[in-house]
Amino acid sequence: MTEGALGKTYSSGELIVRQGDEGNCMYVVQAGELEVVREEHDGNVRVALMNAGDIFGEMSIFERELRSATVRALGEARVLSVDKKTFLRRIQEDPPLAFNLVKIMSHRIRRLTEDLATLKAKTSPPAPRANGQERRSGRDRRHGGGRRSGVDRRASAAGRGRNA
Amino acid sequence: MSESLVQLLASEGINLPTEVVERGIEAYMLHMDVGSVRIRTPSEEKRIAGVFRGNGPRGSERSLRVGFDRYLLELAASSRVRVIRSLVTRVGWHEDRPEIEHGGGRRASYDLVALAAGVNSQLLQNGCEAAPAYTFPGTLTSFISEFHLGQAAIQASLGDAMHIFLLDLPRLEFAALIPKGDYVTLCVLGHDVDETVVDALLAAPEVRRCFPGGKVPQMACHCFPRLNVRPPAQPYADRLVWIGDCGVARLYKDGIGSAYRMAKAAARTVAFHGVSAKDFEAHYLPTCRTMNWDNTLARLVFMSTTLIQKLRPLRRGVLRMTSTEQANREKFDHMSSVLWDVFTGSAPYRDVLVRSCHPGFIASLTWNLVAGNAGALAGKRYGDGP
Ligand SMILES: Cc1cc2nc3c(=O)[nH]c(=O)nc-3n(C[C@H](O)[C@H](O)[C@H](O)COP(=O)(O)OP(=O)(O)OC[C@H]3O[C@@H](n4cnc5c(N)ncnc54)[C@H](O)[C@@H]3O)c2cc1C
Repeated sequence: MTEGALGKTYSSGELIVRQGDEGNCMYVVQAGELEVVREEHDGNVRVALMNAGDIFGEMSIFERELRSATVRALGEARVLSVDKKTFLRRIQEDPPLAFNLVKIMSHRIRRLTEDLATLKAKTSPPAPRANGQERRSGRDRRHGGGRRSGVDRRASAAGRGRNA
Repeated sequence: MSESLVQLLASEGINLPTEVVERGIEAYMLHMDVGSVRIRTPSEEKRIAGVFRGNGPRGSERSLRVGFDRYLLELAASSRVRVIRSLVTRVGWHEDRPEIEHGGGRRASYDLVALAAGVNSQLLQNGCEAAPAYTFPGTLTSFISEFHLGQAAIQASLGDAMHIFLLDLPRLEFAALIPKGDYVTLCVLGHDVDETVVDALLAAPEVRRCFPGGKVPQMACHCFPRLNVRPPAQPYADRLVWIGDCGVARLYKDGIGSAYRMAKAAARTVAFHGVSAKDFEAHYLPTCRTMNWDNTLARLVFMSTTLIQKLRPLRRGVLRMTSTEQANREKFDHMSSVLWDVFTGSAPYRDVLVRSCHPGFIASLTWNLVAGNAGALAGKRYGDGP
């Protein structure tokens, strides 16, 4: 990697974040590919792949929970860390700074919702068909739930690849 | 570019490409007559970016990949900003809108004009026709020069570190050597820096040792730019706002980062409130005041670095304290973190001051003053030795 490279260079397989560790920073991928792995009792599950521009570890900026997954380099990769202290100090001064993170997290929730729906569809028996009137619950109707526009659906498909 | 700005930009989705960053910097070396010490963060990560503005040093045009300013302008243009490359000669008023005259007599009126002309252009030096309340900021003359050494020589002599010189020379605040691609940039800050100050600095053994063979090469180019050290009277008016160096800027360090933050404060005001002087007063001025207050504290911080420069026993204490802390790779303790933030501009001066008033800091400095000076009497050396 060149002189102009920012961040820290990790070799293939090297851990950047370990599940269960305490975190006090988030990371921005500068180059290369990383995999996000969730360690479960019955083995490891790859949750996502990440590339240049992707951000991870942002949950530790906002909550005091331990790291929720392990992230390691697939091949040589370069990652820049962003300190919790630096970031929170700037957010206080410039709240819209959090906008990019909120956008990323919202893409992630959207993708997770889709993944969950796909999983449920595969594992549970088909739900009984409701007629048009009963399809949406009262709560859903109040919040406009289930009324996803075409743009929404397209955005969700676009967000799928980028954000782990 | 400071560590905090690099992080801030990355979290906003602006990741500086390797074509723009001439060198990533992970540590700095503090040089004093009593010795030198390398200060690095525990993460050992390159988070300071050495970049060139504009076209880079004279003669580098062909080797320079992409200058930082050009990269930013292209980024803005890719977000559908129309960039007009033209010299502005007047900022006046036409009917109820500010008017700009540029490119030999062309005129255009705008809803809002944000002035970011720095302190080295003629444009605002005699005030601004469109806003009589605006006064030009107070400035000091500094010095910047470039030396062409080639990457291999730079790697061997300076490595991935910025080199800071805290030397007891008249009118010198501090100086820095920053490796960037094939070049090394020398920055000299002080009180009306002139050739005498620069010559004295380049003759100092601490500086000469940083160049290959201990010989300072010919400068590729140099200039004496001005530096904003005092804010203008009123950096806003109806439909006008001053940002960056021609407005309110951070004292001595992280000027680019402070220009970015002030620009965002102005943009927030415009986007969420409006463009009148009242809007800027209510929503932009508080950010200016915070910066000005931090600059007031900065003067206290730099008074203590001046004390270090002037008092040899104090330098010995600082050197011992820093090198002892740096020997423990896991910790980034009192003096290391304070010096890091002073010289890299990574944290507000208020934070630096609070940390240097910590009882642990004071106790450790007192102990190191005693031990460092007793050690020196016994012929002991700390850090990398003079
Ligand atoms: C020696 C020295 C070393 C420094 N080192 C650092 C450092 O390491 N890190 C850091 O963060 N800061 C550093 N600074 C401070 C930093 O350079 C400034 O704070 C920063 O550049 C301010 O940005 P600006 O956009 O306000 O002004 P400038 O960077 O001066 O930009 C002004 C721009 O306006 C253009 N312009 C001016 N007049 C006109 C006109 N009439 N028409 C059209 N265009 C015009 C100029 O061409 C220029 O592009 C240093 C300053 C000096 C003097």
